Amino acid sequence: MAGAEGDDSLYPIAVLIDELRNEDVQLRLNSIKKLSTIALALGVERTRTELLPFLTDTIYDEDEVLLALAEQLGSFTVLVGGPEFVHCLLPPLESLATVEETVVRDKAVESLRKISQEHSPVDLEVHFVPLVKRLASGDWFTSRTSACGLFGVCYPRVSSTVKAEIRQHFRTLCSDDTPMVRRAASSKLGEFAKVLELDYVKSDIIPLFTALASDEQDSVRLLAVEAGVSIAALLPQEDLEDLVMPTLRQAAEDKSWRVRYMVADKFSELQKAVGPEITKNDLVPAFQNLLKDCEAEVRTAAANKVKVFCESLPEDSRETIIMTHILPCVKELVSDTNQHVKSALASVIMGLSTILGKDNTVEHLLPLFLVQLKDEYPEVRLNIISNLDCVNEVIGIRQLSQSLLPAIVELAEDAKWRVRLAIIEYMPLLAGQLGVEFFDEKLNSLCMAWLIDHVYAIREAATCNLMKLVEKFGAEWAQNTIVPKVLGMANDSNYLHRMTTLFCINALSEVCGQEITTKHMLPVVLKMSTDQVANVRFNVARCLQKIGPVLDSSALQAEVKPVLEKLATDQDMDVKYFALEAISVLALA
Amino acid sequence: YSFVLFCLCSVPLCLRPMQVFTKTKSEIYLFFNLVCDPADVISTVEFNQTGEFLATGDKGGRVVIFQREPQGEYNVYSTFQSHEPEFDYLKSLEIEEKINKIRWLPPHNPAHFLLSTNDKTVKLWKVSEKDKRAEGYNLRDEEGRLKDLSTITTLQVPVLRPMDLLVEASPRRVFANAHAYHINSISVNSDCETYLSADDLRINLWHLNITDRSFNIVDLKPENMEDLSEVITVAEFHPHHCHLLAFSSSTGTTRLCDMRARALCDQHAKLFEEAVDPSRRSFFSEIVSSVSDVKFSHSGRYLLTRDYLTVKVWDLNMENKPVETYQVHDYLQTKLCSLYESDCIFDKFECTWNGTDSVIMTGAYNNYFRMFDRASLRDVTLEASREVCKRRAVLQPRRVCVGKKRKETDVSVDSLDFRKKILHTAWHPKENIIAIAASNNLYIFQDRLTPNGHHNMPEIQSAPPK
Repeated sequence: MAGAEGDDSLYPIAVLIDELRNEDVQLRLNSIKKLSTIALALGVERTRTELLPFLTDTIYDEDEVLLALAEQLGSFTVLVGGPEFVHCLLPPLESLATVEETVVRDKAVESLRKISQEHSPVDLEVHFVPLVKRLASGDWFTSRTSACGLFGVCYPRVSSTVKAEIRQHFRTLCSDDTPMVRRAASSKLGEFAKVLELDYVKSDIIPLFTALASDEQDSVRLLAVEAGVSIAALLPQEDLEDLVMPTLRQAAEDKSWRVRYMVADKFSELQKAVGPEITKNDLVPAFQNLLKDCEAEVRTAAANKVKVFCESLPEDSRETIIMTHILPCVKELVSDTNQHVKSALASVIMGLSTILGKDNTVEHLLPLFLVQLKDEYPEVRLNIISNLDCVNEVIGIRQLSQSLLPAIVELAEDAKWRVRLAIIEYMPLLAGQLGVEFFDEKLNSLCMAWLIDHVYAIREAATCNLMKLVEKFGAEWAQNTIVPKVLGMANDSNYLHRMTTLFCINALSEVCGQEITTKHMLPVVLKMSTDQVANVRFNVARCLQKIGPVLDSSALQAEVKPVLEKLATDQDMDVKYFALEAISVLALA
Repeated sequence: YSFVLFCLCSVPLCLRPMQVFTKTKSEIYLFFNLVCDPADVISTVEFNQTGEFLATGDKGGRVVIFQREPQGEYNVYSTFQSHEPEFDYLKSLEIEEKINKIRWLPPHNPAHFLLSTNDKTVKLWKVSEKDKRAEGYNLRDEEGRLKDLSTITTLQVPVLRPMDLLVEASPRRVFANAHAYHINSISVNSDCETYLSADDLRINLWHLNITDRSFNIVDLKPENMEDLSEVITVAEFHPHHCHLLAFSSSTGTTRLCDMRARALCDQHAKLFEEAVDPSRRSFFSEIVSSVSDVKFSHSGRYLLTRDYLTVKVWDLNMENKPVETYQVHDYLQTKLCSLYESDCIFDKFECTWNGTDSVIMTGAYNNYFRMFDRASLRDVTLEASREVCKRRAVLQPRRVCVGKKRKETDVSVDSLDFRKKILHTAWHPKENIIAIAASNNLYIFQDRLTPNGHHNMPEIQSAPPK
């Protein structure tokens, strides 16, 4: 194919091929990423007989090169001559599936799974299945772990004898000597179960699941939990009680907190898989225990699930279950000793109000919200405030406003600037829910105070906040309440505050519209062009560039242009630069 | 009395100016003894899981790996610089390159993996063999000269050709910035995906694939450093149970933690501590009771701890006293004052089990090391020094006497050289081969072969009990 076309077309490919073994990793990586170009130039025949054998042995390279190679080979079928020859890709991927680096192995397995679909049923049994068996009985755990991910893709497409062999291999790997292989098998158990016939799920998978779920290593047991969820979804309701539930119950009470954590973390999936009856009888008490677990990590995971769990409870008994079983546990968690537990709860507890309705919320939940709003950890308070919209829909925010205000004020003055930053970001949301009157009365002064915060990130967020407030309350409100205060800062003795005025104008000009900008803001900006601090002056130039599009052309020509021209002759280099930039952007030259 | 161990090889690990590996010429030993560079002092010794490889780390930050030849001798397989001296600009502290510990990972694939640590940073190394080389460039010939472009008419794919075996060590992971104090131990978990690193006050748990975060599982740092009463001296995972770890402290206690119970292991599951007889209490009691090493037995049933004067075997099921206590150098009881003045009392001796947990070994002063047979209760003192370790020579037991010499070969306590100490020892996991580090020398001893080529069972012969 190539060759006959002469040197010019060969040269770039020759460079690429040579760079496959360049000393510079980056060049090798580039070359590997263009492997399809090389293969195309070599043609399918030479790709199969020369390029792939070379790549098969190139497993000594850096991880990132191997990762790129593993990925490339997944879409190489056309380049080796189509599905008929796809098996030629197996040797290099097989060697990549045994390297020590997990990401490379996983990528090789992913590519193998992809090309398995391009094998004909015959090729699958002749080429692909033997590879899986070789990996499954390899000396090193790396190859055996890779095999675990390949059973699922070939099983549905092979004859029943081969199916039996595959099941046997999977069984062997589930009782491997090394925990690494048992972990891999455990994590693929659910996926493998999905492709098995229901009878074999009951006869093969269930015993394996039971064994893995009582493995001596908790790192294996915790992975079995997820498999249990998948298996439960496959079985008919009447078999669940006998086949899966004993093991899952045991997992929820495992001695190791990591296993219990996994159960808590997968609780909503589990709930969906086992259905309403088992949920009522088994999962509710299990969930109560997890909420009361002695390990804070487990309580945190369970607290995160409170809302989703309650939402998915069967409708007929939802309210009773929540009120009698879940709420008492939630009440305890509100005063938990661990801040992460409380913070996880605070992020979901507001969601319960929509489920429980107005009366229950006022009677039972509101006191909890109020306690959390006074929590010693800012994250807890923030999480409550950030979810206010849920309560607003049910009972209206007024019920909370008495406690809300002190909480907001305290967060707004927190010593940690990240906390202050977080509360600023919720301000527009709060303003929308509390209404303009409440805002003007209580929160406006806070918003203005942030403009002179000593941390730049806060001042920046505060200007952005003003813009969002104006979007919400309108230009007229802006003109009456915030614009005068912002413009007043232009005479401040601190140049940082004077600059804040400019930043605010940048943010506000568009939402305030032409009239306010021209009449009120522009004069102030222009006046500041004679400021003694160069930083202020060049920010005047930038500000003018920014608000220019809002102004009409007469104002631009008559007022802005002379000022910018003067700034363009400033002795400070930066001022000059930004003035010239503004002149050219606004086309005033 | 003859002893069953004989010298397999002794390797002066003087890697500068060149790597010297000599086994026969005693003059050369002497020469190197005189010019011993402090950087060459061996700081850790560790066999891998099969015993085919032995790794040593030194004060100069180097790791030397030995491979066992089919004939049974160990030869240098790979040498690499694991750590370099660094400077912590924030704390204005120099960070030494000295390798504090080496731990091998269970075998993954044909390559070998080990963790090495200095005071602050743990590194994962891969040691692999390469025996093929790619050949054939399109644009250059094999000497690297550019080819005439007009001669290139077809594309050439490189081919792999056999070449001389090349052993490469490459750093795979660097686990840094997690320790405010000096790392004293690392230990790989039996789940083969996590390991711990312990410093004076904290123990961190790492995932072998994740370098940017670790979990703090034990924290002894008090709110106020003036309340500090103990430091962590060693920490080790249980060989089979992935949730158990033991750590010992300067107060002479060893704690067993169950990671299943809580995410933070500040509360221990068991505390192994022997009540000190109040009548024997002295100024030095606490110093000499500080545990300098802890090793789980291969069976996982026992804990071996070493303090300044003794080694103790604890049954995991009995916390209040050790099941066995062996005196390492009881004759130093009267010398503690001068040992304190010379700082020797703070020396950290390691201890080790043999492959079947039947014999215990630990180091002492004067280049002596001690072995205790747990079944027969016999013990022996042997010496690792150039003068006695002639190749294939059988080691003779030594005796230290407190009073008058009873025999010609006895050594008086007063003539012991406290600068010569054996801190680091290792025992082959399956066979009776031991590695002893004495200053910059590594001695490897093997059990004498019986005429039919089999190894003797470990049998310690010493003076018959009086």
